[in-house]
Amino acid sequence: MPLTSLCRVPLVLLLVGIIASMVSCGGPGSERDQSTDDAVRIVSSLPRTGSANAQTTSMVNGIKMAVAEAGGKIGELPLVYEDWDDASPQRGNWDPAIEAQNADKAIADESVMAYIGTYNSGAAKISMPKLNAAGIVMVSPANTAPNLTKPGFGESNEPAVYRPSGTISYFRVVPTDDVQGAVAADFAKELGVRKAFVLNDREVYGKGVAGVFEKRAEEIGLEVVGVDGVDAKAPNYKSLITKIKQSGAELVYFGGTTQTNAGQLAKDIVAGGLDAKLIVPDGCYEQAFIEAAGSKALEGRCFITFGGVEAKSLTGKGKDFYESYKKTYGGEPEGYAVYGYEAAKVVIAAMQRIHAAGGAITRASVLAEVGKTKNFEGALGTWSFDENGDTTNRTMSVNTVKDGAFATVKVVN
Amino acid sequence: MSETEVFMQQVIYGLSNGMIIALVALGYTMVYGIVELINFAHGDVFTLGGFLALTIVGALGAAAVIDPNALGESSNWLLLFGLVIGAGLFCGMLNVGIDRVVYKPLRRAPKLTQLVAAIGVSFILVNIALFWGGAPMEVFGDGKAAAASKDFPELLEGSNLLGEESNVVLRMEDLAIFIVTIPLMIGLTLFVKKTRLGRGMRATAQNPIAARLMGIDTDRVISATFLIGGFLGGAASVMWSVYNNTISFQMGFRAGMDAFTAAVLGGIGSLPGAMVGGVLIGLIRAMSDQYIETRWTNVVVFSVLILILVFRPSGLLGLKQREKV
Repeated sequence: MPLTSLCRVPLVLLLVGIIASMVSCGGPGSERDQSTDDAVRIVSSLPRTGSANAQTTSMVNGIKMAVAEAGGKIGELPLVYEDWDDASPQRGNWDPAIEAQNADKAIADESVMAYIGTYNSGAAKISMPKLNAAGIVMVSPANTAPNLTKPGFGESNEPAVYRPSGTISYFRVVPTDDVQGAVAADFAKELGVRKAFVLNDREVYGKGVAGVFEKRAEEIGLEVVGVDGVDAKAPNYKSLITKIKQSGAELVYFGGTTQTNAGQLAKDIVAGGLDAKLIVPDGCYEQAFIEAAGSKALEGRCFITFGGVEAKSLTGKGKDFYESYKKTYGGEPEGYAVYGYEAAKVVIAAMQRIHAAGGAITRASVLAEVGKTKNFEGALGTWSFDENGDTTNRTMSVNTVKDGAFATVKVVN
Repeated sequence: MSETEVFMQQVIYGLSNGMIIALVALGYTMVYGIVELINFAHGDVFTLGGFLALTIVGALGAAAVIDPNALGESSNWLLLFGLVIGAGLFCGMLNVGIDRVVYKPLRRAPKLTQLVAAIGVSFILVNIALFWGGAPMEVFGDGKAAAASKDFPELLEGSNLLGEESNVVLRMEDLAIFIVTIPLMIGLTLFVKKTRLGRGMRATAQNPIAARLMGIDTDRVISATFLIGGFLGGAASVMWSVYNNTISFQMGFRAGMDAFTAAVLGGIGSLPGAMVGGVLIGLIRAMSDQYIETRWTNVVVFSVLILILVFRPSGLLGLKQREKV
């Protein structure tokens, strides 16, 4: 049957073409311009594929703004920024294999001086020890799991296991979950809730923040009637909602993100007829969460804690950032855009200080200088890095959803 | 809620979820019964059915769909049946196409080759769904985030049929699953039992060579099998989307895994086996969520599967078959 097999050839070619075009989409930054080979590079590793995309695009825009404000140069050296993806389409979320590759790629490229990332705390666990051993400074705009930097929150070998070189090379500009989980529990009490059901997504971040909520709830006399870990890939949570209903809980706390199915959970609370409030952490503070859950399921029911305030309420340099962002990109920044901006700003400021003092820009000098950041006047106010590499900034906000957008309910300092 | 109410509620959820799994499982078991191929691409054909449904809903205009008063309640039922048939036919044709292009040339190749080909097709379909999710339509979030989960509008009115005072919730969407799946299952059973083509299927399943010697056009039987299996998968994807109100390009992986487990549990190759297996898995999941813990549910499901296979290697309703040489 030569005729039928002939017909098949173009079809197979078409399929091969489709696959090839998908493969070639991957690997941003693989093409390199020869003329910038003496450049100083900053790379970011954020989940660019999947529902976090809107949030991370906003963060990348923030980083680009910081680079542009430096004029794209440190002294005479070109300052180049590369936007790397640590997510895979198969997972629709961050992928451990890709995060590891990104860290290795950064280490192998001598011109990479700073690594901005990650978005997910679980991903940070993978790149932190690699980058620490190589002496590259890592600044996270979004990791909030306390055990990455503070002893006593996770395993007994944490955080030392992330610091094989013995020095601190990981910094973050965002307040950690030991603050966030507690703020959520306090707010739950303010709502007049007496019984809470605590869920987590079984990831580093979600489990961590849910654990803090649980601990704080016990301290302030909020009864925790149940704890469970959900399957982020389950089609629905209706059976679980029934169990929560039976427990008499008036509030559900979910330690998780949009990518670990927070939207479906919110929908099923409504579908299952559970009359309870829902509190979720900053991993859901993105427009994608409202889109996934539908604002109908969230309004008047759901509260979202976030380490900082919404972009339009920022003051001082933060206000300048907000205005400039809207002018440059023509839209509202997502919650974490300003943290992407601040992370890049801290690194660039350190490089500029080294240059002004006449020093050479090396991995070691940048690492040392970033660590010295004190009373930094940035978009998030005036803050410093403490002895663990965390920000001294403790501002938290509680938000809800109104008319399809986030609205701040209160700010806690 | 009293213990009885909780139990009733979990039975409702278990059955609803289970019926959808059963419908997908039928597609696995039918294809296996006829050509002895585990069609790993079936779950992803199911995914594309959901995407087609959302595209149609989007094209018809979100306003008319989301607001039941715009055209009246009955129009949404009409739309639902239209989607079931539309997505069903689409998935059926797609399944037949895949068989023609990929599986048919490999019919006499070693089983492992066919299996790897099926996995390959599965990857291709997942990526097509990913592309589809980036379609510049309002229902796909204007195509800004292709990989994000998509909100599927509520087609059926969401109030509690047992009255707002009742602790047990039974919504129209729960009922709709039974209204759609039970006739499909009865229809399939009658088709296989009573019609000429159905008899041909049973004959081909028992012994393809003898069937051909008796004058049965086995190629036609195989095509029909893929068509019907795909149709059921497409119908299931619409019910899944309406029930969960969310679709994602990865939904077929989980649905496929549950359905394949159901098919094996019930005895792969057996139609009633797939139905029983699907319902059983739905019920086990619900009961495990309630009486054990959600985090153990997957462990419970597969432990039950292993236990059943230890004592009944051919599944609950599977017949002990001689190994073909």
